[in-house]
Amino acid sequence: MRKIPDNDDVRLTAGRALILGMALALTLGLAAVALTFPEDQPRLAQIALQRVPESGVNNPVTAVLLNFRGYDTLLEVAVLFLAIIGIWSMARTARVWIKRPDTPILGAFVRFVVPLMAIVAGYLLWLGADEPGGAFQGGAVLGGMVILWIAAAVWLPKRDGRALLRPLLAIGLAAFLLAATWMLLVRGNFFEYPPEQAKDLILLIEGAAMLSIGATLALLFVGGAPEEEEIG
Amino acid sequence: MIGSAMLYALSGVVLFGMGIYALLAYPNLLRKVLGMNVMGAGVFMVLIASAYRGGDAPPDPVPHALVITGIVVAVCATGLALTLATRIHAITGAAQLTADEEDSA
Repeated sequence: MRKIPDNDDVRLTAGRALILGMALALTLGLAAVALTFPEDQPRLAQIALQRVPESGVNNPVTAVLLNFRGYDTLLEVAVLFLAIIGIWSMARTARVWIKRPDTPILGAFVRFVVPLMAIVAGYLLWLGADEPGGAFQGGAVLGGMVILWIAAAVWLPKRDGRALLRPLLAIGLAAFLLAATWMLLVRGNFFEYPPEQAKDLILLIEGAAMLSIGATLALLFVGGAPEEEEIG
Repeated sequence: MIGSAMLYALSGVVLFGMGIYALLAYPNLLRKVLGMNVMGAGVFMVLIASAYRGGDAPPDPVPHALVITGIVVAVCATGLALTLATRIHAITGAAQLTADEEDSA
């Protein structure tokens, strides 16, 4: 392995002054565009807001996310899945990578707060139909919950845990694809939910997506495919 | 006058400019990843602000939906980028990209 001295000199050189000038010009140009953006253009908002009652949910953002632009969200869930595949194929977790905390307070706090966070995640998921909330918000809370768990060394992903983690990571994408394909077979259009089933379908997809998003975020923190761990 | 949505959009533009400078000017990969994240935050702010165009109309849900997924995707991209940087560090011993042997001097 060659050792190259890290060049982390952040002084302003001639080359950087040039980049700075270009970044400044770009910023000013974009600011001018933002300032002259037309105010009253026909927007997607009108179409989207008009058709919220057909979407199965009352929160327009959830309607856009899971119904009107479901295809887009499907691909974003696929991106999360691909990111974990990329990370797992590049890296393994180090053998000793987390220290058992030398105070009982963190462990006790985590045991107290983790069930609460699970409830909050489920509540956010349910709330998404009417208010700001949904799979991404609930998934973020779940991810944070597992990271707390890991940081307190209460639970660590092990090599043999991969059998459980793999389906958990894939279930969001799988549910999304199944629902979309099922609708293709039944209704003839990809992602066309009948209004009377839309709420149930959206809740099902969001529930599965929340689990996958939470697992993905937590495993991003782990940063590699789980190996046999030793807690130091 | 500049309204609060416009102030938000302009702040986003400034963040984008700061991020792109860090991304282009510094060789250290961690700085590049951070710069990319600052750029992303700027884009999200512009998108959020763009939902409030059109006076008293309710905010446009489409850009808001894009931002919600975008934040999670940005976190994933950051995780992948950091893993790549770690691999580069493990293989070359450097925390930066080196095009050639003679370039790395």
